[in-house]
Amino acid sequence: MHSPMEQFEIKPLLKFHLGSLDASYTNSALWMTIAVILAFMLFVLGTQKRALVPGRVQSIAEVGFEFVAGMVRDNVGDAGKKYFPFVLTLFVYILLCNLLGMVPYSFTPTSHIIVTFAMAAVVFVGVTIIGFARHGAHFLSLFVPKGVPFVLLLLLVPIEIISYFVRPFSLSIRLFANMLAGHTMLKVFGGFVVMLGIIGGWAPLAFIVVFTGLEFLIAFLQAYVFAILTCLYLNDAIHLHH
Amino acid sequence: MDASAAKLIGAGLATIALAGVGVGIGNIFGSFVSGALRNPEAAPRVFGNVLLGFALTEAVALFALVIAFMILFVF
Repeated sequence: MHSPMEQFEIKPLLKFHLGSLDASYTNSALWMTIAVILAFMLFVLGTQKRALVPGRVQSIAEVGFEFVAGMVRDNVGDAGKKYFPFVLTLFVYILLCNLLGMVPYSFTPTSHIIVTFAMAAVVFVGVTIIGFARHGAHFLSLFVPKGVPFVLLLLLVPIEIISYFVRPFSLSIRLFANMLAGHTMLKVFGGFVVMLGIIGGWAPLAFIVVFTGLEFLIAFLQAYVFAILTCLYLNDAIHLHH
Repeated sequence: MDASAAKLIGAGLATIALAGVGVGIGNIFGSFVSGALRNPEAAPRVFGNVLLGFALTEAVALFALVIAFMILFVF
């Protein structure tokens, strides 16, 4: 029987080497490419007709656009309009990667921590740069909670600083671990179905059916959480806790 | 003790974190239901926050899973 972790194996499809660097086109890269092409088709080709009464594809594009636009508006305010394209890109890319991972025999790029960490690191570095660019050294007041006596500040400021630097890790581990755990669980219960056979296998099979539905919810939810936390971090950098 | 036996015990101990996560997720949805029964009109507006809280709490469970995996496969 195959190991439940085998689905996360990265296999090179086309082998390239740049010096000592392995730059092969892998199955992970293939599914990322498919996600990008799908996003392109959804937003560029799907909205090309610009019908007053939208068709199915145009409706999906408009609903997604409105959803993320509302999220940025509610959490960051008008100052966040500039960063809306970035948040929309993150959301759509993560959502499509997660959803494509639910296709049998496919690969989930977001189940690898290096992929999610790259995205979280971009968010973290970008937000820090935006904060310093807008407020200069005053941005450091983010680490000093207001209306707290001095003795408590000695304790709180280090905690605030640590929690700020943990952000990229918690952001990336949350997405990666959700994908990893969900897909592993599906495979483990798939193994139970085979082991228990035709008599006892129905119980885990029913569980898998229910859990697949939950996985679709989680695929959406994690993209939503990643995008909304990006908005909250942006809000912190732009408005400094106000 | 054998190192591999200690690994298995450690991975099992890492799942104790699930106790806290169970309390947390139960608390989130319990509070949501009791709040929604008191004021049903406000319920749809906070449901997004409920899902956000659920995802944040669930992430703690997954941190424990990552630690269990690290104990089992990395060391």
